[in-house]
Amino acid sequence: MSLLSIQNLSLSIYGVDILRDVTLSVEEGEIVAITGESGSGKSITALASMQLLPKGTQTRGRVMFRGQDLTQQDEASLCALRGNDIGMVFQEPMTALNPVQTIGAQVAETIRIHDRSVSRAAAEIRAAETLTRVGLPQDRFPLGRYPHELSGGQRQRVVIAMAIALQPRLLIADEPTTALDVTTQAQILDLLKNLARADGMGLMMITHDLAVVADMADRIVVMREGEVVEEGETTHLLRHMNHPYTKMLFAASGHQVNLPEVTAQPPLLEVTHVSRDYRLPRKTLFGPAGHFRAVDDVSFTIHRGERLGLVGESGCGKSTLTRALLGLERVQAGTITLDGAPVFSGNAPNLAVRRKMQVVFQDPFGSFNPRHRVDRLVTEPFHLLPDPPTGADRTRAIDAALTAVGLAPADARKYIHEFSGGQRQRIAIARALIIRPELILFDEAVSALDVSVRAQILDLLADLCGTYDLTYLFISHDLSVVRTVTDRVLVMQAGKIVEEGPTEQTFENPQHPYTRSLIDAAPVLPEIHAAE
Amino acid sequence: MRRNLILGGMLSALFVLAALISFFWTPYDHVALDIPNKLQTPNAAHLLGTDHFGRDILSMIMVGARTSIAVALVAVGIGMGLGIPLGLWAAARQGSWLDELIMRGNDLVFAFPSIVIAILITAIFGAGAINAIIAIGIFNIPVFARITRGAALSLWQREFILAARVAGKSAARISVEHILPNVTNLLIVQGTIQFSLGILAEAALSYVGLGAQPPTPSWGRMLADAQTLVSIAPHMALVPGFAIILTVLGLNLMGDGLRDVLDPRLRVVRA
Amino acid sequence: MVRYTFKRLLSLLLSLAVASLVIFAVIEVAPGDPASFMLGMNAQPETLAALRTELGLDASKGARYLSWVGGMLTGDFGTSYTYRTPVIGMVADRLWVSLPLALYALALSTIVAFPAGLFAASRRGQAGDIGVMGATQLGVAIPNFWFAMMLVLIFAINLRWFAAGGFVGWDKGFWAGMHALTLPAVALALPQAAILARVMRSSLLDVLGEDFMRTARAKGLTERQALWRHGLRNALIPVLTIIGLQFSFLLAGSIIIEQVFYLPGLGRLVFQSISARDLIVVESVVMLLVFSVIVVNFLVDLAYAAVDPRLRSRT
Repeated sequence: MSLLSIQNLSLSIYGVDILRDVTLSVEEGEIVAITGESGSGKSITALASMQLLPKGTQTRGRVMFRGQDLTQQDEASLCALRGNDIGMVFQEPMTALNPVQTIGAQVAETIRIHDRSVSRAAAEIRAAETLTRVGLPQDRFPLGRYPHELSGGQRQRVVIAMAIALQPRLLIADEPTTALDVTTQAQILDLLKNLARADGMGLMMITHDLAVVADMADRIVVMREGEVVEEGETTHLLRHMNHPYTKMLFAASGHQVNLPEVTAQPPLLEVTHVSRDYRLPRKTLFGPAGHFRAVDDVSFTIHRGERLGLVGESGCGKSTLTRALLGLERVQAGTITLDGAPVFSGNAPNLAVRRKMQVVFQDPFGSFNPRHRVDRLVTEPFHLLPDPPTGADRTRAIDAALTAVGLAPADARKYIHEFSGGQRQRIAIARALIIRPELILFDEAVSALDVSVRAQILDLLADLCGTYDLTYLFISHDLSVVRTVTDRVLVMQAGKIVEEGPTEQTFENPQHPYTRSLIDAAPVLPEIHAAE
Repeated sequence: MRRNLILGGMLSALFVLAALISFFWTPYDHVALDIPNKLQTPNAAHLLGTDHFGRDILSMIMVGARTSIAVALVAVGIGMGLGIPLGLWAAARQGSWLDELIMRGNDLVFAFPSIVIAILITAIFGAGAINAIIAIGIFNIPVFARITRGAALSLWQREFILAARVAGKSAARISVEHILPNVTNLLIVQGTIQFSLGILAEAALSYVGLGAQPPTPSWGRMLADAQTLVSIAPHMALVPGFAIILTVLGLNLMGDGLRDVLDPRLRVVRA
Repeated sequence: MVRYTFKRLLSLLLSLAVASLVIFAVIEVAPGDPASFMLGMNAQPETLAALRTELGLDASKGARYLSWVGGMLTGDFGTSYTYRTPVIGMVADRLWVSLPLALYALALSTIVAFPAGLFAASRRGQAGDIGVMGATQLGVAIPNFWFAMMLVLIFAINLRWFAAGGFVGWDKGFWAGMHALTLPAVALALPQAAILARVMRSSLLDVLGEDFMRTARAKGLTERQALWRHGLRNALIPVLTIIGLQFSFLLAGSIIIEQVFYLPGLGRLVFQSISARDLIVVESVVMLLVFSVIVVNFLVDLAYAAVDPRLRSRT
């Protein structure tokens, strides 16, 4: 008898089909990864295993947990099951904890809710033990801490502690590390894996990251649009993929592009000894205001035609540096020049310099005004030109930009909500290209995209390098992406550039310990032979 | 939920129409005294009865709608006209002393309920409909400033604003071009709510004699007149009361309906 | 926490200072000389001058402002122009009617609104929710002074359960006083209760959609347990804001409701003083009203910090 066995589960929410005929199982002590792109139904499958489904859900089929069909249980017995026999960890550690309760109270609650006879004190002792077990020892993380006093990774540990406090038989983790940095991700994944092995728990991992999947799962289930397309034991599945979608998914995850060769060129962007401080609130009432140095004495150069990468974890100062480069914020020390002219002169950003520089942001949904049409959106940078093209010239420019990114000129009259995430990112690139900038900044530009879409955008980027002789700075936390689309790479940690060098050489032979830890922490996709 | 919008819209339209018609026609002259026919309950000649001077209540309600709507409308106009730019400005300079100044100023105005402002104005200028407008209008300013700032702040975090900044656009231009169109829905909904609150406030101020003065008819003053006679002529209190309730209800329903139609996620503060 | 309290306190003092300046300035530009108003048209210039000196009207504006503020700090609100008695005594008497009335109404509206909001939120979209929401929609639309008239008509004139107006005074006993304030308090509380119930409901519904509520369910809490243990306290944060705002509406509303019930509260005092052009009383009462609104909002800020630990450690 399987620990969890989902049999022919079909599910719809307010009449919209979400899952179709899903069958999968998790054995005692087994780690099963469910993977797929957005809209595959993997998260709903997790929620269905807990019977924590949104209102308006209709299900057919069975969810068997240790021989009982959960779809037939009443709410009271489901509540007795949740947290006790099945634990769950969620994606967003920042919001998964109650902000007004201490972490101790929240962990102890799991214990007390299932056994009223446990005294408050006894529950607290067990909560403390559990927190220690997940890597939050009492001397540094006492029970009285509030969630806002912890980092994202630490909060995720609290969520895990809540889920495993009663040593459930099954642990469900829904994208548990997606919101975390790569080094934190590695620690949390290790923690989950060790806990599952130590307690003999079944672990159902929901993740979109195939490298994570390949790294830790015993068995893999691949889903697409509400259906299981393929499943199998990990090493076997990696060697013999049957379904074309599985093959495509793995191929796209490890997608490599070929950048056209460039020869040495004169410098374009020169950053010398740049520092950027933020004021911190005063610690004492009349004490001096503290400062936080987000960017600390950074110097580097981008040569014309060069594709430079910038990697680092969240909070390392990447975004601050990006804003400084764009002339959106002034710096406290150092100079930034483009073609010899400063991006920020006097009190105002320098428009003549700024028109040589454009940017593509991460969020394909937030980077466009929803009330404007595409033609108006992509021509926004024309504001930087002294005499922007009008009439037929403007139309020609829009057509050219849209065509260059693989869209049709007719798309110019549409609103942004009519496009998918990948198409929006193409429009963002069109917006950046339209004034033919000398330099483009890509700020996590492919991080929010599904792997198959990401592969297409990376291809587009490589093509554009050929046709437009692009020079760009590619900022990302994703090492594998940076590795394929850049010639040279900078590694940033706590506001400083700690390592710099040709991309391939740096990845093969990192010099700085931080770079090494980053590369070690990143889960690696195994060599796939079956993809051919 | 469209039902709310339609029902509310029809109720509000009814009173706006009554106010408009009153410019050209009312069943009787609303100031004409007719002592022999005083305190009549509703009948065929006087559909809503007459008051203690024999004036036709329907005619007074129609002309009173004019006062209520005019006062509330202008007060919302004052609140929007000053509050929205202040809110946009504060959001554009988030965290600066200017933002702080505007928001603290807002807090201060919140400490003066509209009746207190009306009392102060009356102390200087004497009572009148204009006072009511100013008092309610001043009170509306921080409401709109706050809600505009709140919505604008979250928009300033969005990447399309960053894109506009990269395109070299000034904060003022971004506020008008990108922020304002994206907060309009919210402001329309809040506008309807403030409009209905304005009608309530005008009635209250007129009732205590700080609003419209005779002979300008107003629903609040009709209720003040009715008070001493409530036991012998309850219709004098019931009719203006229902006029106020139905108008306010209509506007509120319309506001809720608009919110659902325009954007179900909008947050509206009822202040 | 200390820092937070201190910061709020500083902002409270600043608000009070600015508010007092505004009120003083407004009364200052009001036309008419109180001294000539008090003595009538045919006063002798010498008597007038003497009275002006006695009232302190011939001092400079700055000095008068300072003496007004200084006086208030020491409990001396000046002397009424009309009654020639200390303003503090007049105000204190009236305050003993207005303040209990506002508090009574606040208590009533909270007692009604909390369960109503909870009930509606827990039955979202069902008949109970629609019923409560319809009732609040009506409650928001009813002018409180009209509702007061209807209460008088039904409970005082027809049923004779309460007096139609006036106030017996607290010396007749606490319950007699409360009895006399019941109809006014109910009238005052109605629209506020409706608003509060709506805020309570929507705030709870917002919290129900939060991630941590799902976490709580995943621990094995029932929907009701999750709501009580995790939802309520988080939902309370916006509700507190509204309660703070409401107090100012209740004080303002009590000015109007006092007219309906002929209650000898601050409202009546202020209207009498306006018609008698006894501006020093108007000035003091207005300052008192504004003072209480600012203080209540300060208390609400402190309550925030008690509810939300994030505020305690930040700023």
